[in-house]
Amino acid sequence: MYSKEIIERFKNPRNAGGLRGANGVGKVGNAACGDIMKVYLLVDDNGIIKDARFKTFGCCAAIASTDVACDLIKGKTLDEALKVTNKQVYDILGEMPQHKIHCSVLAEESIHAAVEDYYKRKDKANKKSAKVDDDED
Amino acid sequence: MVRKIYLDNAATTYVSSEVLAEMLPCFNTIYGNANSLHGYGREASAIVDRARDRIAHAIGAAKSNEIYFTSGGTEADNWAIKGIAHAYANKGKHIITSAFEHHAVLDACKQLEAEGYEVTYLPVDKYGIVSIADLIHAIRKDTTLISIMTVNNEVGTIQNIKAIAKTAHEYGIIFHTDAVQAIGAVKINVEDMEIDAMSMSSHKIYGPKGCGALYLKNGVRIENLISGGSQERGKRGGTTNVPAVAGFGKAVEIANRDLVINQQKLKAVRQYFLDKVTERISYIHVNGHPQQKVNSIVNISFEMVEGESILMLLDLAGIAVSTASACTSNSLQPSHVLRAMKVPDEIAQGSIRFSFGKNTTRSDIDYVVDELEKAINQLRSISPITKAGRR
Repeated sequence: MYSKEIIERFKNPRNAGGLRGANGVGKVGNAACGDIMKVYLLVDDNGIIKDARFKTFGCCAAIASTDVACDLIKGKTLDEALKVTNKQVYDILGEMPQHKIHCSVLAEESIHAAVEDYYKRKDKANKKSAKVDDDED
Repeated sequence: MVRKIYLDNAATTYVSSEVLAEMLPCFNTIYGNANSLHGYGREASAIVDRARDRIAHAIGAAKSNEIYFTSGGTEADNWAIKGIAHAYANKGKHIITSAFEHHAVLDACKQLEAEGYEVTYLPVDKYGIVSIADLIHAIRKDTTLISIMTVNNEVGTIQNIKAIAKTAHEYGIIFHTDAVQAIGAVKINVEDMEIDAMSMSSHKIYGPKGCGALYLKNGVRIENLISGGSQERGKRGGTTNVPAVAGFGKAVEIANRDLVINQQKLKAVRQYFLDKVTERISYIHVNGHPQQKVNSIVNISFEMVEGESILMLLDLAGIAVSTASACTSNSLQPSHVLRAMKVPDEIAQGSIRFSFGKNTTRSDIDYVVDELEKAINQLRSISPITKAGRR
């Protein structure tokens, strides 16, 4: 029922774990529904995503989807990251059961949430000219 | 080579060699239609009769003709619920069941609701027990049927069947029980327990799939679910699946014969498993009743992780378990059984059912717990839910 790509990414995710110094963190979903995705971004001064990592509570498809999402946005500008769609995530993962497609949608949403958080922090920092807090690792 | 361990015996079992030996001649030697008048037919019919006798004897039925073969537990449940409700429709259209029955019962009830029947779904307590007070409270003048499962398939809780049946009879109501998970696990005597109708399945007790039976006490009326022949005393049409019935009869006989010794073994295996898991893995909840439960089923919720991902990591290590969490079904809601027991959704999402078989060994458990601990640690290391942040 799952593609090889999903199983491989689930077994050995490339981007799993927190990210020290992350300056954009997005969290979507809730435990009661069975999925929480948290994406950590490290964005440089030019607005390029230098690194992206994730922590996910959920099924294989949820974990694999977030892993792919991180791959898709690394090295991209924030604008480019916002253009990443669930279809791209889905296409990389290959076959997945109909009722799991929401995992790829959630992955897209988690990117948006992280980018939004980055802008929010930046805004706040500009206003206060204060240091941005590091997120937990 | 990955080691393979099957801990999903509540889903299905292999066919034991004794059962298989009973079935094999029925495929190519005694292959007559049990309904035919000639010698081939009579020979097949004798096999079916013997299976019926074996099952009647094992469950303490007064007569063998109270056993009706079906295609499985699901058909038996559907037949009992719809057939009895329809047969007594002139008396009333109210049925009582519990919120955590198998879907074979719940979906049959839903169908009756669509026909205009009313169904009360009794709550269960946090251990999965139906309260007699709640039951009495739910009984109405137009209640015709009460259906409560003997053993729950997800958590293994055993109901107070005799008390429930007695209560039903005090009010002149028919009592049905889904005993699919109970055969071979608890001693059943339909006469003593005052059961009017009882669903059974073959493939949960080392018999073949596609075969089950409904025990129906003589005198209890039922409308046919499957028409088309005089088989099963004109109550269930369709050529009898002689090999499966032969195997099922043998499987029930063995399950009854070996009940005590199997349960002793399973009890030790269960305790060994629970001790090890509790010692090695923290933030867990064992679901179900601490005493009033079968030994073959253990249901555990692992906090901060989701059930399907545990199942898949164990599967990659050659271990078969099951989950009823959102991800295996098509809904986002966790198991209706755990919800009925008021297990919080986020904890229920991380639930796994381990169901042991008669051949499960301590060495199997050692391997399973090692792999389980690895899986939980791996998943918790990438979980956004932290120990501090959990509810």
